[in-house]
Amino acid sequence: MTRHLPALIIVIPLLAALFTAGSGWINQKAPFRIAVAALFLSFICAVLMLIQVVTTGIAMEYRMAGWAGPMGIVYIIDHLSALVLVVITAVSTLNLVAQKKSIRTEFNDKEGAFNALYILFTAGLIGMTATGDAFNLYVLLEIVSLSGYALIGLGNSRAPLASLNYLFLGTIGATFYLLGVGYLYIATGTLNMAELAIIIPQNMESGLILFAFIICLTGLFVKMAMFPVHGWLPEAYSQATSVSAGLIAPLTTKVTVYIMIRICMTVFTPEYTFGHLDISGFIVLLAIVTIVFGSLSALAQKNVKKMLTYIIIAEVGYMVGGFFLGNRLGISGAILHIINDAAMTLALFLAAGIFIWKTGGESRSDLKGLFAKMPFTMAGFVLAGLSVVGVPPTCGFFSKWYLISGGIQAGNFLFVAALIFSSLVNAVLFFRLFEIAFFEPFADADSHGSSHGSHTHVGALTIKEAPLGMLIPFLIASLTLIVLGLYSGTIVTNIIQFAIPTGVI
Amino acid sequence: MESIFSLVLAKANYAVYIILMMVGLYAMIAKNNLIKKIVGMTIFQTAIILFYVSIGYKRGATIPILEHHASPETVAHGAEKMAAHAMDAVDVAHYINPLPHVLMLTAIVVGVATLGVALALAIKVYNTYGTVEEDEINQQLRSG
Repeated sequence: MTRHLPALIIVIPLLAALFTAGSGWINQKAPFRIAVAALFLSFICAVLMLIQVVTTGIAMEYRMAGWAGPMGIVYIIDHLSALVLVVITAVSTLNLVAQKKSIRTEFNDKEGAFNALYILFTAGLIGMTATGDAFNLYVLLEIVSLSGYALIGLGNSRAPLASLNYLFLGTIGATFYLLGVGYLYIATGTLNMAELAIIIPQNMESGLILFAFIICLTGLFVKMAMFPVHGWLPEAYSQATSVSAGLIAPLTTKVTVYIMIRICMTVFTPEYTFGHLDISGFIVLLAIVTIVFGSLSALAQKNVKKMLTYIIIAEVGYMVGGFFLGNRLGISGAILHIINDAAMTLALFLAAGIFIWKTGGESRSDLKGLFAKMPFTMAGFVLAGLSVVGVPPTCGFFSKWYLISGGIQAGNFLFVAALIFSSLVNAVLFFRLFEIAFFEPFADADSHGSSHGSHTHVGALTIKEAPLGMLIPFLIASLTLIVLGLYSGTIVTNIIQFAIPTGVI
Repeated sequence: MESIFSLVLAKANYAVYIILMMVGLYAMIAKNNLIKKIVGMTIFQTAIILFYVSIGYKRGATIPILEHHASPETVAHGAEKMAAHAMDAVDVAHYINPLPHVLMLTAIVVGVATLGVALALAIKVYNTYGTVEEDEINQQLRSG
């Protein structure tokens, strides 16, 4: 049974997606139930695999249809991918459970289709994380992208245009990656990651491999919204519905960063990426620009959801910069931040989902007086905000600590300065929201109705605590931030330590 | 001059795919009409497909299907003999590399799916704004 876990984790959601699409015709509640069950089973598979990998210390290898090595497609579950799989399945399940009510109102007759897309998206992410084949990764990347475009396109009236622009850039990114894989295939004659990692160090001087590396990385940068090619992200994520944003925002960029780490460490090997090539400095510089740009743009936003999307861009800069510092501390920080940032972004977007569900507005001023009206939600939101700022003992502090120590060890003080600057900006951003929510009196029904005319779908006077079905998953997500913070040492010494090749100091 | 010419000719497939790729990229960036952008995207993807197909090709080689020349006597000799015969016949130099072509079957499917999603989104955009010209949409967004 445990032998087949790496296949089950992706087969269960893929089959469920098939059934979900049709089940909406038979029973209106069936799609949601099937989706939650499938995602939860995947989550259990991921946890079991993580336990097995940590206890045995050996990576699991699964041969699809029994074909070994370079001929067939293998799925590799090592420390790094097992950890990311747990994050993906947990975030996806929690978000779906939390947003049950808003799915019902927003997609009442399309619930089957929506849930199918939701599961497909998660299945694609799981496959991307687990696969050990460079071309298979491309196919799964496109599964994720296509279901992502559709999920975003289902949002408000501006969403289709935002989604189309995302589709153009996303296709360029994915196609660049495909081109890079093509050149790798010309240079090495294989698509299997393990075999690529053997052949590439023997041909460090090859121009083909250099070209393949640069093209692959460019494609991934487009996908994860690094600075010059970030334009699609804020628009696409802020126009999506709460439930889609709560799935896509925490996971897409983080998994793409994971793919970058996988490509740079497992395929091209650290000796090539950090030792042979002299581009780390440039990429860290790009990451610094991304951090500063993302933070400053977030400062300029009045719309809460849009502000959060710019914070995501800044966080991408943290992870990419931290990874390309090229030392053990920086890479540990980047990997730890993948987990922490997924959890933080989930909590923030769940909070935003509750605000929009309750007040109907997305603007900063819609938060007025909400502390008194819904104390538990606001407590969770404060926790998430503090975590993004980086206040101990929330998890955001610990990954930043690793990133900053990595920056100091590498002697890259500009990166350290950018991190601290971004933390300060985040403090301003969140305390501004807390202040509005805590001190400003709740706007009464009349002025609320007149200032936000069309989008008050819940009377202002009736606003109180969010329904339990939303609140409990949200509070779980926020409390996870503290748990992750308290156990970050354990995560680093037991899991991340083994995910980094021993060659990296 | 001669050497440059022969170099270009020898690597014509790369030149063609890069030209096509740039045509597609240009259309995606510079065109105002969303449908033209989608067409550009398709050209861009097709360029990569051509690139993959061309790298699997070999001059004078044939499609990678083993020839058995299944005459009555080989059939009579049974399966073992046939397998041995097939082993003799396999000479990689005579066959083109099928792997890039097989990969492209998947990439074509992905391309078609992307095109479908893009067109569906374009229809939704048209239904919302009554146009697929980007500048007119932006004008409506600014004024509204």
